[in-house]
Amino acid sequence: MAQSQQHPSGDNRFKLLDRAIAKHQSRGDALIEVLHVAQGIFGYLENDLLVYVAQALKLPLSRVYGVATFYHFFNLKPNGEHTFVLCMGTACYVKGAEQIQTALEEHHQCKFGQTTKDNKVSFITARCVGSCGLAPVAVLDDVVVGKLTPEESVRRVEQLKNTPREVPV
Amino acid sequence: MTVDDLQELSEKELQRQSGKKHRILYCSAAGCVSCGSEKVSDALKAKIKEHALEKECDVVGTGCLGLCGEGPLVKVKNDRTLYQNVDVRTAEQIVESHILNGVPLKDHQTDLAAPFFTSQTKIVLENCGEIDSERIDEYIGARGYEALAKAVNEMQPAQVIEEIRKSGLRGRGGAGYSTGLKWGIVSKAHGEQKYVVCNADEGDPGAFMDRSVLEGDPHRVLEGMAIAGYAVGATQGYVYCRAEYPLAIERLKLAIKQAEKMGLLGNRILESQFNFRVDIRIGAGAFVCGEETALLQSIEGKRGNPKPRPPYPSEKGLWGMPTLINNVETFANIAPIIRNGSDWFAGIGTEKSKGTKVFALAGNIRNTGLIEVPMGIPLRSIIFDIGGGTPEGTEFKAAQTGGPSGGCIPSDQLELPVDYESLAKVGSIMGSGGMIVMDSTSKMVEVAKFFMQFCMDESCGKCIPCRVGTRHIYGLLDKISKKKGTQDDMVLLEELCMMVKETSLCGLGQSAPNPVLSTLRFFRHEYEELLQPVETYQDGSAPVADFTNG
Amino acid sequence: MAVKTLTINGDQYSAQEGESILAVCRQHHIPIPTLCHLEGLSTVGACRLCVVQIEGNPRLLPACTTKVEEGMIIQTSTPKLEKYRRMIVALLASEGNHVCAVCVANNHCELQDLAYQVGLVRVRYPYLYPDKKLDATHREYVMDHNRCVLCTRCVRVCDEVEGAHVWDVAGRGINCEIVSGLGGNWGDTQTCTECGKCVMVCPTGALFEKGVTVSEMEKKKGFLKYIITARQKKEWISQSE
Repeated sequence: MAQSQQHPSGDNRFKLLDRAIAKHQSRGDALIEVLHVAQGIFGYLENDLLVYVAQALKLPLSRVYGVATFYHFFNLKPNGEHTFVLCMGTACYVKGAEQIQTALEEHHQCKFGQTTKDNKVSFITARCVGSCGLAPVAVLDDVVVGKLTPEESVRRVEQLKNTPREVPV
Repeated sequence: MTVDDLQELSEKELQRQSGKKHRILYCSAAGCVSCGSEKVSDALKAKIKEHALEKECDVVGTGCLGLCGEGPLVKVKNDRTLYQNVDVRTAEQIVESHILNGVPLKDHQTDLAAPFFTSQTKIVLENCGEIDSERIDEYIGARGYEALAKAVNEMQPAQVIEEIRKSGLRGRGGAGYSTGLKWGIVSKAHGEQKYVVCNADEGDPGAFMDRSVLEGDPHRVLEGMAIAGYAVGATQGYVYCRAEYPLAIERLKLAIKQAEKMGLLGNRILESQFNFRVDIRIGAGAFVCGEETALLQSIEGKRGNPKPRPPYPSEKGLWGMPTLINNVETFANIAPIIRNGSDWFAGIGTEKSKGTKVFALAGNIRNTGLIEVPMGIPLRSIIFDIGGGTPEGTEFKAAQTGGPSGGCIPSDQLELPVDYESLAKVGSIMGSGGMIVMDSTSKMVEVAKFFMQFCMDESCGKCIPCRVGTRHIYGLLDKISKKKGTQDDMVLLEELCMMVKETSLCGLGQSAPNPVLSTLRFFRHEYEELLQPVETYQDGSAPVADFTNG
Repeated sequence: MAVKTLTINGDQYSAQEGESILAVCRQHHIPIPTLCHLEGLSTVGACRLCVVQIEGNPRLLPACTTKVEEGMIIQTSTPKLEKYRRMIVALLASEGNHVCAVCVANNHCELQDLAYQVGLVRVRYPYLYPDKKLDATHREYVMDHNRCVLCTRCVRVCDEVEGAHVWDVAGRGINCEIVSGLGGNWGDTQTCTECGKCVMVCPTGALFEKGVTVSEMEKKKGFLKYIITARQKKEWISQSE
């Protein structure tokens, strides 16, 4: 039976999560599927959420934590308002993704894998987003942008910083 | 749905299409979407509507049209005209000039007689760029699900397996194991439940073949899986797709829904006794999950740690049951083989490598994109005829196949036929189909370092040689690339590479040293040029290990 | 059950079908170094120290997970195997922060024993000096990640024998780490039964009892076989081994 009691926090988003858990009959082997849904709803996987998932799927906490930290797709910390995902696949690398990385890190004083101090942009590297024909490629808030240059990237990020992003509910 | 219904539907769809004067195809694969093909399609549709051409004109979003580097691409099918770098303005002109007045635009046209198009042989990609991947009718119109109907109605499972075996099809995921033999093993294995798994965890950085197939022709993969299910006696299939491919996942979901609705998946397929369901499992960013035992762990909701083989998944796979795992491209070859017969397929390619191979051509090359070539084609043909050579002013240096598990093929091997055996002979592998071209500006030590960093980051950490070995190999490459390395480091590097290759648990570790070994083999001088002269060498090695008492 | 005959290092042996090469070698006192393997726990084939050469097979295979087959010709100790084993122990030494002189497990440490066994005298790889934590929050025991070799014996014994599954592996690759709960303090987990099995199966000084000092942490070796035999066969065997 799926857990369907109201989450103590009164947060309605847990209803959505419960629905996904019920769809998989609370089976432990659906852990990755459920974590995907949880991250989709909440944006990242904080400890309370992992505990909730572990209890619903009847799994040990350490197992859930082990899985959540194994896969790079899962975030245990929230991202900044915007994300700049730089593709570091072979094609992009050959076409100069590293120079883009250096330019951005210098200009914004923020390493990849981190979020700018003002919490505006998170810089993330990805392993091939599969748009190799357009290398070098980056994904800016879910929009793929190809044939980037270091200058263009810096400009795009500045633009990104100045546009507010609606926080998904 | 019965076989006759399928036939009828196919004819109806073809009639509908031939009833139109024009069929305008725009590429809706991820590459073109990212350079604005959605706006182009909106403009096309708006103009068609403005001129009330809807009845005589189809505007169709298709899978990859191939020339990804020049997108967005638009094709006016009946006139065999392909436009490249199409923006909104061009799209409007296409409708107003070409469609309305019959005058094709002079600009933006791609030469379809160029070797990029004429040197290819399309089996896997035959529908990519031809049909609307979101409409099952179009797939059926292109003889889709005919092979499944033939298999379940006219053939015994053993006959299907025999047909695949005779075709000579080998796994397109990289290793090249005979698909027919694999199916035979799973069909003979005992288990109350069997599974068919499609490996769509295309993790090789620099490869996008499987994604293009899933985006452009998802039904072809589902049909291949269903035929496999029938042949080996499985009733449940899983597509394990990487999360980085949202469009592919969306199209696949839609395709499954459509096929289920028409009785082409699910219970009593085509009114036979055969049941087969397909579910999608989404990966979460782990290259190692392309390794089959790790992939199965991941489907079971666990960390993607590979397990020692044997037992092989064919005997003990998902939840301990016999499991057939093939990659997307392998499944995409199944329907045409059943439809056209094994002799037809075996007539393409070389003696030991049959059929075609899809490559994602990228890097320092003029025509980047998705290509499909017959096995055994000389590398030169791919690079210079289809790829158009390296950009002006640079020289071809090497082609890299197999990604982080593969190797480089240097310029003196340009006549090498591209097939499993020949590539292995020069220390590379066929791999899943990424082909990255390097020119004279590429530094091979950096390339090796790039791949080693990748393997180090993607190592699952279970076995020691891969977990720690890749870390030290990376460290040595970094040291050498910064001109701090010595001849001793070269010795350490080579020793470590051999050890990691020979003792690692899974394919990731076993093949991780390949890019280093391959560049050492062909570009050793680039390493040696970076080494410190012997005189200035200082002992940088670690102090004696403290394993003593005191 | 069928009997298989095989050749190990030039001598003929017979074995039961389904037995691992390692089991046969142990019966006949043929030395093969192991680390992740522990009788009574599932085999994972992770440390790769027990790799052997089998004639006709281009790959080296771990003795712990490879089952005997009729007519197998096995070499357990060739110059290449010995070199690789030395390298593997050296990799382990470079990966953690192992300082025997101040370690509770000094002289009772399997990693130390392995280094002697494979003849490791010098680590040629740079030490990585990772920044690892020491977790002393548990009432009875301490986990010092500096000395952990990630053999996962603790994870397996807790899951498979005790059934508590307090431990698991988090992270990936060189950043892998043994964790309890959500990566928090061991002392804060509510699932730990304080049975101490993990401490006893730990091959190094990573897991130890509170209050012991240098060289004092001697682990009970035979207890696992003892309780497993007791549970499965209702036989209470001698623990001295």
